[in-house]
Amino acid sequence: MSDALLEIDNLCVDYETARGDLKALRDITFNINKGEIVGIVGESGCGKSTLISAILRLIAPNTRFRNGEIRFKGEDLLTASEEKIRSLRGSDISIVFQDPMQTHNPVISIGNQMVDIQHRSKAPKAEKRAYAAKMLAAVGIPDPDARLNQYPHEFSGGMRQRIAIAMALMSEPDLLIADEPTTALDATLEVQIIERLKNLQKDFGCSILFISHHLGVIAELCDRVVVMYAGAVVESGTVREVFHNPKHPYTKRLIECDPGHIKERARVLPTIPGEVPDLANLPSGCIFRDRCLQAMDRCTSVPPLTDITESQRAACWLNHMEAAE
Amino acid sequence: MVKYTIKRFGLAALILLVAVTTMFLMIRAVPGDPVSIMLGPRATPELKAILTAQMALDQPIWRQLLIYLGGLLRGDLGVDVFSQRSVSDIVFQQLPYTLELILVSIGWSAMLGIAMGAYAAAHPNTMIDRVTAAISVSFIAAPAFVVALLTLLVFAVKLQWFPAIGAGEGFADRMSHLVLPSIAIGLSWVGYIARLVRASMLEVMGESHIRTARAFGLSEPRIVGIYALRIAILPVVTVIGVGMGFLLSSAVFTEIVFARPGLGKLVIDSITTRNYPVVMGSVLVSTALFVISTALADLINAILDPRARADL
Repeated sequence: MSDALLEIDNLCVDYETARGDLKALRDITFNINKGEIVGIVGESGCGKSTLISAILRLIAPNTRFRNGEIRFKGEDLLTASEEKIRSLRGSDISIVFQDPMQTHNPVISIGNQMVDIQHRSKAPKAEKRAYAAKMLAAVGIPDPDARLNQYPHEFSGGMRQRIAIAMALMSEPDLLIADEPTTALDATLEVQIIERLKNLQKDFGCSILFISHHLGVIAELCDRVVVMYAGAVVESGTVREVFHNPKHPYTKRLIECDPGHIKERARVLPTIPGEVPDLANLPSGCIFRDRCLQAMDRCTSVPPLTDITESQRAACWLNHMEAAE
Repeated sequence: MVKYTIKRFGLAALILLVAVTTMFLMIRAVPGDPVSIMLGPRATPELKAILTAQMALDQPIWRQLLIYLGGLLRGDLGVDVFSQRSVSDIVFQQLPYTLELILVSIGWSAMLGIAMGAYAAAHPNTMIDRVTAAISVSFIAAPAFVVALLTLLVFAVKLQWFPAIGAGEGFADRMSHLVLPSIAIGLSWVGYIARLVRASMLEVMGESHIRTARAFGLSEPRIVGIYALRIAILPVVTVIGVGMGFLLSSAVFTEIVFARPGLGKLVIDSITTRNYPVVMGSVLVSTALFVISTALADLINAILDPRARADL
């Protein structure tokens, strides 16, 4: 664990709202090692986006950090100065956001935006432009020199997402955060983007935090996976462990519900009955209890995230039972 | 872009043609004989016949319209009934005074309003935001003629910092004559533009691409001043374009209070003396300015917003 790039320890984040504090993230603990691709999977509203905004402190004004640490190369980002955080943004840590159609400024040409984000470099503008063109070529945009003069609306969604990836990789970051980068794209483009990310990761050697609700993509791309539910980590481990031998009922149900997993033609797609609990008014005990088919008396107290194997961890009392038996 | 410019000004010309035609027909629809009004009750029938022929009033209405439009194309707006001077000479002699007043008023109020609005939007719900909101709303609520009278009393009569009436001679003198009238006209625009920019800016600041700019560590002044403002400014340009036309009419009060020469004063004077050709001519020029300024606003928007350019 000595080569950890990003370490998140017991992170608790609330949103202050009129209805009371919304407990968006509770006790999040995991880390990303150098050169590793870690996937985060979970339903909408499970806190994936809060987590990545917390890492770069790109947060809404009503966000409150209640507890925990986010350490990047050993330095706590939550207590770091605004200056320090800004110096990491787009240099050591880059983000590719979810919606490629909204991610670029609509009235500034792609070339100027790509030159602007090199604001830390003292190189002359022509050199920055040449580098921008090179990066566009690297993500497979044809005729990059001419296309630098074009505006975002003149590119397709897939191209815009590739441009966003090119922009994020320009500074050769140590950590690339990709927030559902393929969700807004169709399936063929998704495969292309994933392939490209894989190759780029090999070329640049950066770590990637890849957020998705698409299990197939996570399995294809990632080394390790973190499963989140309602603002908490319920399971984490290598992709092989988690997908082949899930140790939390939520992970099991998630895999069962994945359309890619369903072999036969089904009349009704399987779902997990029930709803995600209200984060402003959390139930006591295990957060998945109300929707869990295997819930038992013991689930009225919160299960700790415990080691199953050297790399796999899960937060479920069932694993303690098995261990006892 | 060239194609769009041609199209937009073609549309402007069409609007102007419709406006002129409507105005021409409306004046002809007013009961009464313009010749009798011009010559007075004691005119002889011969004199009336000569003037009727001269003004082409014996022709069918569509020919009258064509004759009038033909005159317009040659820059001929008709002849002043009293002085027999060319109407276009009179109008274009007064026009620069009104134009300089409007441009200076809009200029300073847009600069101040945009700065205030952008600053307030960058610091929402802070003390400064609330103070600018209060100032903006009270500026909007202040009618131009009241501000005109107050500034006249305070700065011209009491303090004697600025001249009270007229338009002045030479650059420096003209500018000092412009200060009070342009404050009177521009003040409510400061508030209006500040509110507009703030609302528009807050909307833009919430868009994803601003978060992207932040994620790349761009400095906050650059994000607010360039990445957000270039988008937030678009509705303001349109409003100023329409506002220029609106100001042509609201400048009337200010021109009267400060006894400035100008289009507004010319219209009022010629209405009171029933000098129809001059009324028609100056209203026509105001309409043309209105149409041109909205077209210019659209063009500026097309330059600022590549998406608008692509749609056209």
